[in-house]
Amino acid sequence: MIKKSIYTLLLLLLMSCSSKEEDVYTPKPASLKIPELFQQKLIAPVIPTNNPLTEEGIALGKKLFFDKILSKDNTQSCATCHNPKKAFTDENRFSDGVNGTFGTRNSMPIFNLAWNFDERFAWDGKELSLERQALEPVRNPIEMHSKWTNVTERLQNHSEYPTLFQQAFGVSKIDSTLVTKALAQFERTLISGNSKFDQFLLGKAQLTPEEQNGFDVFMDETRGDCFHCHGSNNNPLWTDNKFHNNGLDAVFSDLGLGKVTGDPNDNGKFRSPSLRNLKFTAPYMHDGRFATLDEVINHYSTGLKSSPTIDPLMKKVNQGGVNLSDKDKADLKAFLLSLSDNDFVANPNFQE
Amino acid sequence: MKQYLILFLSLLLFSCSSDNDELTKEVTVKFNFTQNWDGTVIEKSDLSNTEYTNKLGTKLTIEKLRYLISKITLTNGAGVETIFEGYKLVDITESENLTFSPTEKISEGAYNLSMTFGFNNADNFKAGGYADLNSASWDVPDTLGGGYHYMQLEGKFLNKNIQQQGFAYHTIGAYNSTTKEVEDTSFTVDLGTISIKNNATIEVKMNVAEWFKNPNEWDLDVLNSMLMPNYDAQKLMSANGKSGVFSLGNISQ
Repeated sequence: MIKKSIYTLLLLLLMSCSSKEEDVYTPKPASLKIPELFQQKLIAPVIPTNNPLTEEGIALGKKLFFDKILSKDNTQSCATCHNPKKAFTDENRFSDGVNGTFGTRNSMPIFNLAWNFDERFAWDGKELSLERQALEPVRNPIEMHSKWTNVTERLQNHSEYPTLFQQAFGVSKIDSTLVTKALAQFERTLISGNSKFDQFLLGKAQLTPEEQNGFDVFMDETRGDCFHCHGSNNNPLWTDNKFHNNGLDAVFSDLGLGKVTGDPNDNGKFRSPSLRNLKFTAPYMHDGRFATLDEVINHYSTGLKSSPTIDPLMKKVNQGGVNLSDKDKADLKAFLLSLSDNDFVANPNFQE
Repeated sequence: MKQYLILFLSLLLFSCSSDNDELTKEVTVKFNFTQNWDGTVIEKSDLSNTEYTNKLGTKLTIEKLRYLISKITLTNGAGVETIFEGYKLVDITESENLTFSPTEKISEGAYNLSMTFGFNNADNFKAGGYADLNSASWDVPDTLGGGYHYMQLEGKFLNKNIQQQGFAYHTIGAYNSTTKEVEDTSFTVDLGTISIKNNATIEVKMNVAEWFKNPNEWDLDVLNSMLMPNYDAQKLMSANGKSGVFSLGNISQ
């Protein structure tokens, strides 16, 4: 009798353990699909140890990215201003928020952000990690204009989200930290590395003579001299992710990095954007002032304006710029467009 | 009584053994790179703020200073070299990029300390390059022979028309556009003899003023930018670098 009771007890104990195991869902670790060229040329991307990539975290981040539930009145998602078909920016100079108010900065494209080694995001570097960046637009009154308490309450009462958070992070209590972690995980997967020029560097495509000359202009210190700030064949990010005053204004209406650091020497400095995907990301500059690439090239050629913080690399500012010939301008544009990645904007994994 | 004697002898032996260990003590060394203008320390807070005057009397400010040091070498009295693995891209704007901490240990003793400014050609053109330097946008265009920068010193100066003008004093291997070859303008700096007794931090000083001084008095009105493709300018900069730019500073141990 006693023996039987012991067996029964042990059996119950085992069943209880087994039941507990089924309740615990362990997210599956995920890794980034790093382009061949990035593997050859660059150091590893930045993945914070407190937010490792998981399949469930990425999927949740993607769902949140496209969900209008993050905005005050359920009218806008992240994708409203960061459209995958536009390399995750939009076609507007400034984007309007849920109240119809326009911002003062051009929506930044989103790709290859895990290779921003200094982890200073946004045009002015005010966001010190991808996770922290994601906090801002949700509560910004001229963007989604929500309160995080309202957003998390709505997510908590949603039919799917509590389970998805449980699966991604092992907790069903949703808070802003987990929401931004999921968004950041998805954003880190947005990798663009398959342009025609990437294929050329891998020996799988040929440049036209115009594209080749345009690349030479880009790399020539006596002509374009673009490579010091915008990457090269050896830095296929096509940005240094640093902050520069590129001679847009003699007097600043937007202080850029200077407003963030409080240092007047940083006034008028903005982060160099990547030159990938320019085909999809017009208008250009931090305030979207240039509608076309021709305008951008003309700016560097003859339109520079001097100011105390202008970058020393804007060496010919006293002559207006680098004064490129018409042919070099046209070829430079052809080269720049060869950095655009059609596969990236069509990638089904990145669409709603 | 006999037991005490054995104990005493054992202690004596242990003590001797301990002395022998100290004779072959292994220590670590760390290199701390500092910058100055003729003795006045240049720190991050001086960038864009502090005005300096070069040998020709031109006033200038510095906005960026990055330089590459490789092959830091300790040579002992017997001529045996310890070449520390790796290299250091010094960046005055980042405190963590002012120190090089090799993992290799050395025996205490007297050494001659030397290092290479930049990369010699063998290192500069290593197959596959260097991912960390690519990521730091430190590479040199293939049209100038490729490889990597040795130094980027940038800022602004007051030109002869009393206008503010940018300068980019970038040093690389001198590219000869006729022969299409890169002349190795990196150089070895002999920092003199040091005596290492314990784990040590060795200061290596760069006097930035010397880049404009000796043997070539640098005229920024003439040579201020687009120096990378300028073969002659690269030779001149290399010559100035060899003459008193680097020196040994404090050693704490």
